[in-house]
Amino acid sequence: MRLCTFASWRVKYNALRENYIKMSDNIKVTIDNITIEVPAGTSILEAARKVGGEVAPPTMCYYSHLKGSGGKCRTCLVEVSKGSEKDPRPMPKLVASCRTGVMDGMEVKSMTSEKVLDARKGVTEFLLLNHPLDCPVCDQAGECHLQDLGYDHGWESTRTEFERRTFEPEDIGPNIQLHMNRCIMCFRCVFAAEQLTDYREHGILDRGEHARISTCISKSLDHDFIGNVIDVCPVGALTDKTFRFKQRVWFTKPVDAHCSCTKCKGEVRLWMRGDEVYRVTARKDEWGEVAIASDGKPGWICNECRFEKKKVSDWVIEGPSNISRHSVISQGHYNKTVHEPQIELLAEVIGKEPIMKMDIHDVSDVNKPNVHLNQIQGPAHSEDFK
Amino acid sequence: MEKLTKRAAPIDRSPMTLKERIYLPALLKGMSITVGHIFKKKATVQYPEETRPFSPVFRGLHVLNRDAEGRENCTACGLCAVACPAEAITMEAAERKANEKHLYREEKYAARYEINMLRCIFCGACEEACPKDAIYLSETVMPANFTRESFIYKKQDMLIPHPKKDQKA
Ligand code: SF4
Ligand code: SF4
Ligand code: SF4
Ligand code: FES
Repeated sequence: MRLCTFASWRVKYNALRENYIKMSDNIKVTIDNITIEVPAGTSILEAARKVGGEVAPPTMCYYSHLKGSGGKCRTCLVEVSKGSEKDPRPMPKLVASCRTGVMDGMEVKSMTSEKVLDARKGVTEFLLLNHPLDCPVCDQAGECHLQDLGYDHGWESTRTEFERRTFEPEDIGPNIQLHMNRCIMCFRCVFAAEQLTDYREHGILDRGEHARISTCISKSLDHDFIGNVIDVCPVGALTDKTFRFKQRVWFTKPVDAHCSCTKCKGEVRLWMRGDEVYRVTARKDEWGEVAIASDGKPGWICNECRFEKKKVSDWVIEGPSNISRHSVISQGHYNKTVHEPQIELLAEVIGKEPIMKMDIHDVSDVNKPNVHLNQIQGPAHSEDFK
Repeated sequence: MEKLTKRAAPIDRSPMTLKERIYLPALLKGMSITVGHIFKKKATVQYPEETRPFSPVFRGLHVLNRDAEGRENCTACGLCAVACPAEAITMEAAERKANEKHLYREEKYAARYEINMLRCIFCGACEEACPKDAIYLSETVMPANFTRESFIYKKQDMLIPHPKKDQKA
């Protein structure tokens, strides 16, 4: 009797187990006519990122390292032209790929669908409805996801005739600058504060058209890892005050460096001009998200590394960062072009050392040796240039 | 050796004829060309008293613009510097203070702004890149000078006169 129960239990267990293996098996999904296999439970967006390149839809709110992110901005809309192998009907509307799971045999159109491109154009227009587009003043310019989106999918001009919503500048602490005008309400910073720090002090206040990021009664944000909200912000709403207006990102040179830090992994990207460290950020991957550090976890960095270590001696420099050559940041860096030490060809041709008639640093007022912009806590002011 | 171009003609090294040896015909021919030029229209003008007509799109020395209230337009966005093929432009930005609102139009401004005119090729790419209508290439020809240092133009050298304060302009 007892043996018999055991046998039937075994049968049931095996069936369950097989089922489980089948469930965790890879499933096939076709995105823009490219078929790949992904584990069940993957979102369409993650599957598309596996295909890579332009197939991956743009994202403004989804952030793979932040639980619960996504589903807010709708830039990642895709068309599902075949639901699954079992139910091949297409989905009636475009779906947000970051929040939709793949099904076996699903067919998705991202960049190949007219509808999707049109929708992205519309979403971009919505995101820009209230956006000040003050890129010339904005410290995010050059690495801004909204700029990229606008460049790829935006209209050339605006059609809106209404006043943009504007906010008074608000102080949220000594190191982080909030420009609420530029916020696109992606909620990433809220998730980051929630998941990286032990106590969240900022969030969304008000609703609908009036919704905004703020701290209740002007608190300052000062947890050890709160600086990461700067890195997750896709736009220039949250920027680094210690770097404010110091230099445009494309005139700084990104290098990877590390230090021994007790709070974080200490693997960072330094943005340098000459021998001066202007800004410290986390390293980013090809999707603009914080890259996975050597311990296999996302490489969030602590405030001390980000805001305080502005000397080269604080860091062990590994080498120039890899920047996509399509990015303006790669301008003038001539990465991987010169391998051997250069020969002094000029001297060889003219038969003598060329005479230096003028050293530009004797004449120029820019980059004076006694002015160290990177050592100034906040943005520079007129008296710093006296 | 193989010829570099097809146009190279071999030099005639045969001995000179009598006409060539007496030299006078060639001399007269040369003189007639010289004298002929005296009566032709002159190719040069007496610069700077006289100038040539300029093309309407002539690109000369840069000016930095102010708005109607005399505030500087430039916001040190660096677009001109990144657009410049000669890498002639450098700048450093600063934040405008509350009591400087009458000086600068935007929250950020160029505390230092320099163009190295020795590098500049007057292509006008900076003018085209500027989102703030701040930099223009004027019709002034770049003046010559004896020192290299004088070709590093600072912000004050390029700013247009203040519309209210500098009335003589
Ligand atoms: S957030 Fe991006 S798009 Fe907006 S002003 Fe800054 S750089 Fe421009
Ligand atoms: S005119 Fe051309 S070369 Fe000269 S500063 Fe402007 S962009 Fe550079
Ligand atoms: S001159 Fe124009 S393009 Fe150049 S930094 Fe100023 S605002 Fe930007
Ligand atoms: S990234 Fe999917 S909705 Fe924002």
